[in-house]
Amino acid sequence: MAEELPKPEELIQIQHHSPKTDWISTPTNIRKGMYCYASNPKSVEYVGLPNAREWNPMEEDWKLPENWQEIIHQGFKERLERFRSFKVFMDICVRCGACADKCHYFIGTGDPKNMPVLRAELLRSVYRNDFTRAGRILGKLNGARPMSLDVLKEWWYYLFQCSECRRCSVFCPYGIDTAEITIMGRELLNLIGLNIDWIATPVANCYRTGNHLGIQPHAFIDMLDFFVDDIEEVTGVRVEPQFNKKGADILFITPSGDVFADPGTYTCMGYMMLFHYLQEKYGFDITWSTYASEGGNFGFFTSHETMKRLNSKMYAEAKRLGVKWILGGECGHMWRVINQYMDTMNGPADFLEEPVSPITGTKFENAKSTKMVHITEFTADLIKHGKLDLDPSRNDHLKVTYHDSCNTSRGMGIFDEPRYVIQNVCNHFYEMPANTIRENTFCCGSGAGLNAGEDMELRLTGGLPRANAVKYVHEKHGVNMLACICAIDRAALPPLMDYWVPEVNVTGVHELVANALNLAGQNDRTIDLRHEDLPGIEGESEEEADE
Amino acid sequence: MNARYMVSLVTVIVLFLIAWAGTALGLQVLFGIIIPYAALLLFIVGFIYRVMNWSRSAVPFRIPTTGGQHKSLPWFTHAQFDCPATKWQVVVRMALEILTFRSLFRNTRMKLKEGGRLSYQLEIFLWVGALAFHYAFLAVLIRHLRFFTEPVPFFVQLIENIDSFFRVEIIYPVFKFGIPGVFVSGIVLLLAVAYLFLRRIFTPQVRYISLASDYFPLFLIFGIALTGILMRYITKIDVTSAKALTMGLVTFRPTIPEGVGTIFYIHLFFVSVLLAYFPFSKLMHLGGIFLSPTRNLTTDTRTKRHVNPWNYPVPVHTYEEYEDEFRDKMIEVGLPVEKMPEPEPVKEDAPAKDETPAEEEEKE
Repeated sequence: MAEELPKPEELIQIQHHSPKTDWISTPTNIRKGMYCYASNPKSVEYVGLPNAREWNPMEEDWKLPENWQEIIHQGFKERLERFRSFKVFMDICVRCGACADKCHYFIGTGDPKNMPVLRAELLRSVYRNDFTRAGRILGKLNGARPMSLDVLKEWWYYLFQCSECRRCSVFCPYGIDTAEITIMGRELLNLIGLNIDWIATPVANCYRTGNHLGIQPHAFIDMLDFFVDDIEEVTGVRVEPQFNKKGADILFITPSGDVFADPGTYTCMGYMMLFHYLQEKYGFDITWSTYASEGGNFGFFTSHETMKRLNSKMYAEAKRLGVKWILGGECGHMWRVINQYMDTMNGPADFLEEPVSPITGTKFENAKSTKMVHITEFTADLIKHGKLDLDPSRNDHLKVTYHDSCNTSRGMGIFDEPRYVIQNVCNHFYEMPANTIRENTFCCGSGAGLNAGEDMELRLTGGLPRANAVKYVHEKHGVNMLACICAIDRAALPPLMDYWVPEVNVTGVHELVANALNLAGQNDRTIDLRHEDLPGIEGESEEEADE
Repeated sequence: MNARYMVSLVTVIVLFLIAWAGTALGLQVLFGIIIPYAALLLFIVGFIYRVMNWSRSAVPFRIPTTGGQHKSLPWFTHAQFDCPATKWQVVVRMALEILTFRSLFRNTRMKLKEGGRLSYQLEIFLWVGALAFHYAFLAVLIRHLRFFTEPVPFFVQLIENIDSFFRVEIIYPVFKFGIPGVFVSGIVLLLAVAYLFLRRIFTPQVRYISLASDYFPLFLIFGIALTGILMRYITKIDVTSAKALTMGLVTFRPTIPEGVGTIFYIHLFFVSVLLAYFPFSKLMHLGGIFLSPTRNLTTDTRTKRHVNPWNYPVPVHTYEEYEDEFRDKMIEVGLPVEKMPEPEPVKEDAPAKDETPAEEEEKE
């Protein structure tokens, strides 16, 4: 894939001009590099979703069920009744255009159908035709059109060019949320088997093995054991994570991406070191689970029902193990699901206790009902109470900026905790421009299941606004590290940085914490978790860091 | 030329001609009584129906857009109105949204500058235009209560006094001209509508997304404002007879007084069309904004459980099923299991390939 990519100088030549023909009459051209492969039928079948079959979006025949139009119409109708958001958002848009240039995919591609308003109009046009009188009478003039195969293909192409980041919803005077529309649209597409593999296979894996990557329990243990060795090499301390332990105080759940791929792995080691520190010093009792070994939830990108099915493991495992509450790792959409859906879908979690930090005694009032605490809330509280022995100078070679993940930002509102943690473990922190952070943050370009390899051009164009802001602080302040609290970010941002802003690396917040954290009985810490020499810290005789 | 706005323009011109011809043909009863009543009825029933229709749909999840720091640990400043945790904070958020168009105020314009740098500049014209339009419209509406009340309530007087603050008077020895109390609201309304229209025409992105139903209300409101202004300042209608007609409507003793000019009927017809059209159109954003789930819900879902009225049980993959599949492997690495297997000799475990679901490849 990489060899076919245009160069950055070419990709930045974005034309934000609209075509001559109006959008309803402009045919959709499904272009390589901009779409994800169709799902593997085995995965679709495993979780019992409809119309599992081999198909290819580039072929004419999508092998749809005969009555697909009826299924879509019926599904549309059902969702209008079940979701007020959907119905209201279909009706009240005035097309003021405030959202148009807020979408990172529109900014990066210039394709007018990536304007949030038009993405929604793709569905609205059918809604007007099928469900409103005015639409039926006035037809195309009023932006109504009947469902057809071309419309369906257009839906599929553009609903998988939305990362459900909700940036448009911040600017919309009525709060119309394109994420909500995309979620509904994708549900409809799933009813007739139009999924993408990057979502469907992780869903099936998660259902079966407990995590998206399909890591089976023994392999999961092996991977964490490997980190144990790595940590020992770096710090001289051997940590001892606990697994599936009944009666532990707390259950820890984080995205499996952190177990699997750099640089998330360093964040994972960061958690392990923090837990070890707390265990040694305060008797902290936390367990990992192999059954609920996934924080992320690609079901969220499939349908509400699939989301609920995958999410159910969290509470089920907490109940089985008899823990008091759940601690959640750094992940974006995982936290949107926990914050806005979990308790409603799979609660009430009345078998758990209201979360209290066993170390500081702080009550996490804001998690009273879900009983799940975000790790940056937990760590921020530890730092505030002076419970961590930190040496931020070990991060002095880093000039750090922080990328707010879309989901934790606009679907949760966790902005200050990660910043507080970073600023306590790093001495050099710089914010990106105000229009690109916090509630205005730009997506990594790969959210909502679009983190595949085959749609790299889409990811790089969609990630442009984020990369552009990083480039700004890179040039102005020499920023060389981009911190985030999302596993998809940790997978998606490195290639994005390589492409647009080489020399900037990506890290999770807890990798920074761990590098600053002093462990009892540690060595002189001359290297960081990435096995890179720390400048200014002299090691007597460096052991060759071999795998 | 753009078919979408031409169609809307032509429609409004046709409406104008209908009213004109109707008045000329002596259909005053139709245009002065029947149509206004019918339109008002349609508006009320339609509006209520639409709002009820939205309300009938469930709110299964709490999905507010969190536009600021959530309420968490006490030393982090909670953004109360961007991430409201209580009902009262939601009320303030909604009030700011409805009364000041707060989200629109955030509007920025993206520019791709030379050297490939993106910039986002504050773009407040849309906000100014929208605010001017809506408040001018409101002021005009309130002023018109004069035609439907007797005696005229004090607040209508008050609004009129404020509104007519500017006077146009030219007093030269040779030329004297004066219009008593120009209502600013009418002028602002006309200008704002013109701006909103021109914006749709000249901003390429906005032109691309605009439908006939976006132009039509603009032309119609332009027509209403224009006929209103003409009546007041230029063609000067008999206000007393006009009020006799409107008072007749509101007291359900409709009459058609003499001397009400054609232009009045055109004005009234335009208003009737707007009322009748309202419930079927995007103008329903007036009601919809109150029901927008990304704005009107609290963000306290981790503190208080939100109940989904149609929550139904779903098939899940239980721990028992999981352990049954992986028990041997779990035991091998020392993971605790719920059920120890039958004492049987150690099994050879094949590398777990080819099992459903499709193995994830290393894609990243």
